[in-house]
Amino acid sequence: MPDPLIVTRRHRVVVHGMTGRQGTFWTERMRDYGTNIVAGVSPAKGGSRHLGLPVFTSAVEAARAGGPDSGIDVSVLFVPPAGARAAAADAAQAGAHLVVVLTEFIPVADTMAMVAEAREAGTTIIGPNTAGVVNPGETFVGFMPAFDRRIFAPGSVGVVSRSGSLGTLTAVELTRAGYGQSSFLGIGGDPVSGTSTAEAVRALDGHRRTEAIVVIGEIGGRKEEEAAAVVAASDKPVVAFIAGAASPPGKRMGHAGAIVEGSTGTHDSKRRALTEAGATVVETPWQIPGALAALGVAPSGV
Amino acid sequence: MRLTEAQAKLLFAERNIPVPRSRLVTTPAEAEAAARELGGGDGGPARHQAMVVKGQVGSGGRGKAGGVVFVENPIGAARAAARLLGSELKGELVVAVLVEEAIDVAAEHYLSVTVDASAGRPVVMRSGRGGIEVEAMVDEIEVFPLDPVDPASTPGIADGLERSLVELFVKCDALIVEINPLAVTTGGGLVALDGKIELDDSARFRQAALHDRFDPGPAPTGSERERRAAELGLRLIELGGEVAVLANGAGLTMATMDAVVAAGGRPANFCEIGGDAYTKATPALELVLAQPGVRSLVVNFCGAFARCDVMTEGVVEAWERLRPQLPVAFSVAGTGRDAAVDLLRSRLGVEPHPSMEAAVRAAVAAAAPATTEGSEV
Repeated sequence: MPDPLIVTRRHRVVVHGMTGRQGTFWTERMRDYGTNIVAGVSPAKGGSRHLGLPVFTSAVEAARAGGPDSGIDVSVLFVPPAGARAAAADAAQAGAHLVVVLTEFIPVADTMAMVAEAREAGTTIIGPNTAGVVNPGETFVGFMPAFDRRIFAPGSVGVVSRSGSLGTLTAVELTRAGYGQSSFLGIGGDPVSGTSTAEAVRALDGHRRTEAIVVIGEIGGRKEEEAAAVVAASDKPVVAFIAGAASPPGKRMGHAGAIVEGSTGTHDSKRRALTEAGATVVETPWQIPGALAALGVAPSGV
Repeated sequence: MRLTEAQAKLLFAERNIPVPRSRLVTTPAEAEAAARELGGGDGGPARHQAMVVKGQVGSGGRGKAGGVVFVENPIGAARAAARLLGSELKGELVVAVLVEEAIDVAAEHYLSVTVDASAGRPVVMRSGRGGIEVEAMVDEIEVFPLDPVDPASTPGIADGLERSLVELFVKCDALIVEINPLAVTTGGGLVALDGKIELDDSARFRQAALHDRFDPGPAPTGSERERRAAELGLRLIELGGEVAVLANGAGLTMATMDAVVAAGGRPANFCEIGGDAYTKATPALELVLAQPGVRSLVVNFCGAFARCDVMTEGVVEAWERLRPQLPVAFSVAGTGRDAAVDLLRSRLGVEPHPSMEAAVRAAVAAAAPATTEGSEV
C-alpha cells in the first residue's frame, strides 16, 4: 500500500488558487519538474484556462470533468487563510487522498476542524504552513526549490522537517556530501498540523526507497518527543537536528511554532527523547552527513 | 494577542461569568478613589474591608513576582498603585492596575479551555486545586476533550460556568481562556478571581471588532529596536552576543544561532525575515546593525518560498546606505540563489561563502577579540 505522503507522477494534482501570483509561479515550476498538474481551482474563474490548464470552480467539479474514470489524487492550497478550510473540504470531497496546505496564518480553530473533517473523509493533510513535499527527481508539491539539483537530488535519505528553509538547507548539506534524498516531507511550522512528526517518520520507515531518516525539529510543542516511539521502533538509521538550543525560553521565535513555556518543549527534552530512541542528535545542520556516515549509511544518488 | 486580566474579566462578565467588582486605574489617586467607591472605607481602621491591587500585564506568574498586593484601605491602595505603576513585571511595563474587592474564599479551583496541539482539538481542563501555576498541578488536572469541528456541541460539558467558558473560547477565537483561581466563596458561589485570555492573531480577519477593542494589548516591552521591529512586523529578539544573525524562517534563524554557539561565538540576536516579511531585509538589517556590541554579521539565506534574490537585494540596499564598517559573511542557497550571488558580487564586491558552516565560522572568527597574532613568540 503506497503511502499518501509520497506523490508520484501518476498522481493527478489540482492547484487551489492556481490563478494567483504565487499559484502561477509555482504551478509552472511543479509542472516543469514532472508533477502531474491536471487542473486549477478558482471559485471566481471557473470555466477559464490558465497556463494551458482548465480552471474549475471546485475540485469536485474538476474531478468529474473527465467522465466516470476521471478524478483527482492530490490538492495543494495556494489560498488565503479565510478560504483554507473550505478548500481542503472541497479537495477531500473530490476524492483527494492528500491535501498539501501551504497557507500560513490559518486560525487554529479552522485547522483543528479542517484536519478532523479530512480524517473523517479518509484524506491526509500535510501542513498548514508547510513548504510542501518533494519526491526528488520525480515530483514536488508546494514551494520548494526542488528544480535546483544542487539542493534536491534523488537518493535514499528521507527528510522530515517542520521548517521549510531549514529543511531546504538540510537538503543542501546532504546533496553536497553525496547523499541524495528519497523524500522530503515538510510538515509545517504550526502547533496543530495534519501530519505529525511521528506520522511522517512512520511513512518514511515504511517507504521502500528510504534507507535512512533525518528529522529536523525545533523547540516548542511535543512533536519530537511524540516521534521518539516511532524512531525507536524503526530499523532504519535516524539522525536528528533540533533547532533552538541557543534560544531563550519564554520568547516566541517566529509567529506560531517555537516557544518554550515551562518545562515542556525544551531542546533538552527533545534531544533526550530522540537519543534514548536510538537517534543520533547533532548540534549543527552541517554535521548531518557525518552522522549518517558514522551510522554506516553510504552516499547514494546525486 | 494576550489580554490583560482586566480585559479578560470584561469578556467574562459579558458572558455572566461572575467576577469581583473592580476598577481599572492608571494613577495612585484614582486607585484611592476606586477603593473608596468599592467600599474600602475612609482610610480609618474601623471600617476595614480588604482590597486587592493588581498590576496589569499579559504574563503569568504575576503573583509570585509581587504584582498582586492585598491592602486594608484606600490609602493602602494608593500606595500599592504608586509602587506598581511604572514598574516592570515579568518583563512588561505596568501602565494600569486593577483595584478589586477582596473575596472570602473557601476553596480555589482551576478551569480553562485551551488547544491540545498534539490531539488537534480543544480541551477543557478542570482541577479542584487552583491558584498555582498550571505546570505544578499537571497530575491533578482532568482533561476533557472537545469536538474539533464544533466544540460547544460536545456532550458532557458542564452547564453554567463551564459552558459559558467554552462558548467564550469559540466565539472569540481564543487559544486559551483560563480562570485560575476559580474561587468557591464562603457563601458557596463561584467567582473568577483571575483571568487569562489569549486571542488567535490569525483570526483577526473575522474578529476585527474584538481585536480593535483591546488593541493595544499589554504595553510592548523589550528594547527600542525590538519594539520598532514589532511595529514593522519583524521578529527581533536581542540576546547580547557579538555575532549578529540575519536569516529567513524561524527554524533556519534558530539553527544559525545554534551554529554560532557551536563555532565558539555568541549570537547577538534572533532576526527572522521569512514568510511575508521576506521583503523587509532593509529595515531588518538596520535594526540588527544598530545593536551595541555587534562585531560581525552572518547572513544565512536558504530560499524556498522566500526568494534569495529579493532578500539579498534588501540587504545590499541597506548596506549601500549605511556603509557599516563591519565584517559580514554570506551563505545563500535555494530559490533565487544565482541572482543573489550576482547582486553580492556586482554591488558589494562580496563573494558568498560556499556553505553555512564556512560563513558562520568566518563571522565568529571576525567577532573574536583581536588576537596577539604577530606578537607571539
